Amino acid sequence: MSDAIFKDHDADRRVKAKWWASRVAIYGALLVWTVICLFPIYWTITTSFKLAPDVMKGNIVPWWDFTPRWKGWESIGISPRLIGEVSTVREEFLKRFWNSAVVAISASTLAVVLGSLAAYGLSRFNYRFGFMRNSDISFFFLSQMILPPVVLALPFLVLYKSLALLDSRIGLILLYTLMVLPIVIWIMRDQFQGIPVELEEAALVDGLGIWGAFLQIVLPIALPGMVAAFILSLVLCWNEYFFAALLTATNATTLPVMVASQTGSQGINWWSMAALSSAAILPLIIVAIFLEKYIVKGMAAGAVK
Amino acid sequence: MTSDGDLLHTVTAENISDSRKRLGKLLVWGTAALFLMLALLQALHEAGRVSAGFETWRPVLYAYMLWATSLCVAQVIVNGEKGKRTLFVLPAALFVISLVVFPLLFALYISFTDWNLASPTGPQPNGWDNMAQMWNDGFYWNALKNMVYYVLAVSVEYVIAFGLALLLNAQIRARKFFRVVFLLPLMLSPVAVSWMIGKSMLEVRFGPISRIIRELGGEPSFFSNPEIARFMIMAMDAWTFIPFMMIMLLAGLQALPKEVIEASKVDGATGWQSFKEVIFPLMLPVSVTAIVIRIIFKLKLADIIINVTSGGPGGATDSVTSFIFREYRDRSNVGYGTLLAIIYLVLIVIFVTALLKLVSRWMERPA
Repeated sequence: MSDAIFKDHDADRRVKAKWWASRVAIYGALLVWTVICLFPIYWTITTSFKLAPDVMKGNIVPWWDFTPRWKGWESIGISPRLIGEVSTVREEFLKRFWNSAVVAISASTLAVVLGSLAAYGLSRFNYRFGFMRNSDISFFFLSQMILPPVVLALPFLVLYKSLALLDSRIGLILLYTLMVLPIVIWIMRDQFQGIPVELEEAALVDGLGIWGAFLQIVLPIALPGMVAAFILSLVLCWNEYFFAALLTATNATTLPVMVASQTGSQGINWWSMAALSSAAILPLIIVAIFLEKYIVKGMAAGAVK
Repeated sequence: MTSDGDLLHTVTAENISDSRKRLGKLLVWGTAALFLMLALLQALHEAGRVSAGFETWRPVLYAYMLWATSLCVAQVIVNGEKGKRTLFVLPAALFVISLVVFPLLFALYISFTDWNLASPTGPQPNGWDNMAQMWNDGFYWNALKNMVYYVLAVSVEYVIAFGLALLLNAQIRARKFFRVVFLLPLMLSPVAVSWMIGKSMLEVRFGPISRIIRELGGEPSFFSNPEIARFMIMAMDAWTFIPFMMIMLLAGLQALPKEVIEASKVDGATGWQSFKEVIFPLMLPVSVTAIVIRIIFKLKLADIIINVTSGGPGGATDSVTSFIFREYRDRSNVGYGTLLAIIYLVLIVIFVTALLKLVSRWMERPA
């Protein structure tokens, strides 16, 4: 080192060492948390390809200390060997998957439609329902967020029984819409407040009605926000377990209920549970990877102006 | 909203004839009468007074929906342009009122009955018996006590989430990769998490974590010791929900005015000083929002507990929701369970209102 003709001053070198130390610390912390986040997912997906002895021996790295097998996936009827054949377990799984998808997508759509309309109205006009003014109405909607599901669960159980909505997808859709509506209104109110009202005024001058202005001018601008609200609702509805466990029995059970019902049995089938869990989480992992921008946007909406 | 008028003004020449107004009112009252008649008929049918009636209450529901729709339509018929404005909020309001307010009133009634789904007699009002039973139910109080611990755990989650948000906000490469990875746990359903971590990774014999502990010379036991079991539930819940707070805090960090932080650097603040004196105070509103929302979510904690420990050992991990879930699932005790839920709701409302009052002065965004 001392041979060099040009060298940094001692103070500069200290700064450089400090900079490197902070780099190492930052990336070290990032990597530790990456492992914490990814290892359970990695473990589940690899376990779905393991056989019993591999699980007992604690083999972790595929092809190196165990050979991947399709046994776990065969137990839900999805593997290269079984894919062409008729399989009752696969039909069962697909039925649950389909239920989850239908319920989550319909509930999110309904919530985004109702929520966007309400949020737009509240951000543009003054209402008076009895003693309730705009801020009270907003608070009424948002306060639903603190309502714990358990309060509604038992009345709904009895109510749905008498309405013959028990174990039906419609019943779940209604409840899930109710559950995510406050979140949608929260996000969308923020979105609409960010759109200048002059745009609609111009549209009104040009001869559109208020609904025309809303549908043709405001909605296209607010679309990214609506997508964010939709995706966030989708995630919440897809993962919902409590209501689904109470209100469905055979026809309308969703994936989380199916996963949970397997864990109760004695002597867990590791490979089939792992395959089922992987199948249940994969759609959302894909959503997270490709639509992360919207999820972040949705969650950040209410937090920051 | 401070201004008294609408943000978006509309001026229209309203000329609504009396016959049109009458038509609108007729529509609303007509469908309301239909709904009430059907409801009355069905109630009498259920009571066995009238033979005519339906098998289920479904037709009454259809009549209710018809009434709700005609109420919306009538707004436009009767009030014209003003009604079109009401139409933005009315559907959502009707939806929430019919799905929350009515069931809540119904729940209030159930909670003062001895209704057990297994009993053949149906609901019988039993006054304050449920209340007395609750007063002596040690498990319920225990579950409430556990909720206090669970809510307190939010503070640790907040510290970790803030740290991660600062890391993601630092000058790093592959920021998007880390953001996606850190977000992933939030996407997973609590049920899948409780299998993936609670039942498989923490499995005492073959789980990878037990293996590591054994290598280190310890004896793994995760769900037999009350304190450790509670900690494990907290850790799993934290694992799924830390990304939620992290994203909110990250958004807050990114919206901070850069000039202020740079100014503090120019003035010679070290990293820690600029965090303590500048970043943290500026982040206070966002922090408080994130913590409050996280606490609200925490109060609903149940899925992981139901699936991993079912409240055990000895109720050490029970949350109120999971306790009531078992009260219903194992004993079909609808009346008592509902009373517990209503009491919980009252406690939550008091707690959250007090919390909001307490923190409201920090929530105001600096202008």
